[in-house]
Amino acid sequence: MSEMNNRTPVLKVRDLGIDFGGLTAVNELNMTVYDREIYGLIGPNGAGKTTVFNMLTKVYTPTRGTIELCGVNTEKMNTVDVNKLGAARTFQNIRLFMKLSVLDNVKTGMHNKITYSPLEAVLRTKKYYAQEKEVDEKARELLKIFDLQDSADLIAGNLPYGAQRRLEIARALATEPKLLLLDEPAAGMNPQETAELMDVIRFVRDHFGIAILLIEHDMKLVMGICERITVLNYGMKLAEGTPEEIQADPQVVKAYLGE
Amino acid sequence: MKKNIFASMFDQKHRSRTVTYLIVIVSYIVLEILMKTGNLSSLFTSLLVPVCAYIVAAIGLNLNVGFSGELNLGQAGFMSVGAFTGICVSGALGGLIPNTVVRLLASLIAGALMAAVFGYLIGVPVLKLQGDYLAIVTLAFGQIIKSVITNIYLGFDGTGFHMSFVDNKVKLEPGGKMLLNGPMGATGTDRIATFTVGVLLILAALVIVYNLIYSRSGRAIMAARDNRIAAESIGISVSKTKMLAFVVSASLAGAAGALFGLNYSTLLPNKFDFNMSILVLVYVVLGGLGNMTGTVTATVILVLLPELLRSLQDYRMLIYAVILISIMLISNNENMKVTAERLKKKLSRKNLKEAGNE
Ligand SMILES: Nc1ncnc2c1ncn2[C@@H]1O[C@H](COP(=O)(O)OP(=O)(O)OP(=O)(O)O)[C@@H](O)[C@H]1O
Ligand SMILES: [Mg+2]
Repeated sequence: MSEMNNRTPVLKVRDLGIDFGGLTAVNELNMTVYDREIYGLIGPNGAGKTTVFNMLTKVYTPTRGTIELCGVNTEKMNTVDVNKLGAARTFQNIRLFMKLSVLDNVKTGMHNKITYSPLEAVLRTKKYYAQEKEVDEKARELLKIFDLQDSADLIAGNLPYGAQRRLEIARALATEPKLLLLDEPAAGMNPQETAELMDVIRFVRDHFGIAILLIEHDMKLVMGICERITVLNYGMKLAEGTPEEIQADPQVVKAYLGE
Repeated sequence: MKKNIFASMFDQKHRSRTVTYLIVIVSYIVLEILMKTGNLSSLFTSLLVPVCAYIVAAIGLNLNVGFSGELNLGQAGFMSVGAFTGICVSGALGGLIPNTVVRLLASLIAGALMAAVFGYLIGVPVLKLQGDYLAIVTLAFGQIIKSVITNIYLGFDGTGFHMSFVDNKVKLEPGGKMLLNGPMGATGTDRIATFTVGVLLILAALVIVYNLIYSRSGRAIMAARDNRIAAESIGISVSKTKMLAFVVSASLAGAAGALFGLNYSTLLPNKFDFNMSILVLVYVVLGGLGNMTGTVTATVILVLLPELLRSLQDYRMLIYAVILISIMLISNNENMKVTAERLKKKLSRKNLKEAGNE
């Protein structure tokens, strides 16, 4: 823990909870993710993991508790504000812009990095050409990281499943976040693809110097790359610790394997 | 550098854009020649300006419906706002700007701006909501604006505009004239709209929409259409984005309306009814959502067809309906699409080979 004290927290969650009608989906969740950390959020199906992501990105409004992102309370913010503040995510059920090209999907992620106005776009000013050139180069660089450079001009909806997942990460990274939220990035990937994904996630953390919070059912991936893990069960935190601590926790074993 | 521009005109992404510009320009030249040599029937000649107006309104609507994915059932309402604004501006500027082309351009811009204002006012509350509210509200807008204009009496004299909702209340100085006469609409309008300006307006509309589409705004518009939550998650404000598409669409309809209105000496407010909104929507849907080349050609065919079939009298609408249904079946048929794709591939492969042999 002393090592953690030298790092600044990117995300601080305090007593977070949400109710859907009578159902309490998440309750009393406390969690801190530090700069440049790879943090795992795991738990059985329906534990509330995706719901946590939806609260962090304000797709859902929390019923209780506070979220502090990069030192700022996000209570009054919407999804767009949260992204501008520094959090970008992927989705469990892939949400790409299916009719746009692979390259354009990444370019949409740079929306708020571009400063030319619609009028300047219509008039095709120098600024338009300069910024479009820059965006094009940056987007292609990102595609290269995810081995998608050869698919740049394909329609996103025609990509194979694994490639779509990687494209979603590239699009999220294009917004230059400080915290990247990945919801089951390895779902539907074969072991070979998963192994490559682990390398890419580590590379992204090192190269961009950002924190990564990920939800994943693939234990090999989680235990392989996460420095710390929180286990959710029925919306409550069951355990928190390093992969070794989590694997040795009898309560976690019980929750996963059942009685 | 020159080579670059030339190459980019014909690369995959921009080919359809270049084709659209070429279709418009070549058609214009051919029609002008036919007209100058007296080979164009008077019926056909009289349709040239209205066709231009419908094309511009449809190009705008395609941005709203095809690219932004919102249903708009009131494009005729925005054309109406543009038409009567344009007529009033032209009427008021008559003494001030004798040059009809300059006066026409001023009227088109005024029509576009007024329609944009109406679009913005409608968009502010409606585009914050999700769902098909825009369809309902634009439908209502079209009906309401028609009733409002039916009740406006507007005159212009040396002291400025005089407006009333009751006929005999408008008292004008000698030399003044009535611009809007309630249900009689606009009468005695200077017919200053020309085919050339109509074609220029089409080209301007194409430049505006294409340049917008291949930019930050265009990507955001399509992203918001494809997946609202994902768009917001990467920092795109969906309501702002949809507003841009809607307002540009409305203002193009406004300019189109002004062109349309200044083509007739008499124009009834009833002309811009729900039927016209649906017709423009049909041009867009049959031409293909998000397909500008399709919008332009479908509009031309579908505006001219009923007129050209006039000699068939009662069978006219029957044949029109059959053609409409056939286009719909053909353009949405999977087999046809596959065949078209194959043809495209074959052609492009041939091109590649030829290029390689050179
Ligand atoms: N919008 C909603 N309305 C009502 N209930 C919801 C809503 N969203 C989630 N829930 C409920 O909250 C609980 C947690 O769901 P969540 O999707 O967060 O689980 P998860 O941990 O991501 O599961 P999985 O591993 O299957 O993805 C479930 O019982 C789910 O039915
Ligand atoms: Mg989930």
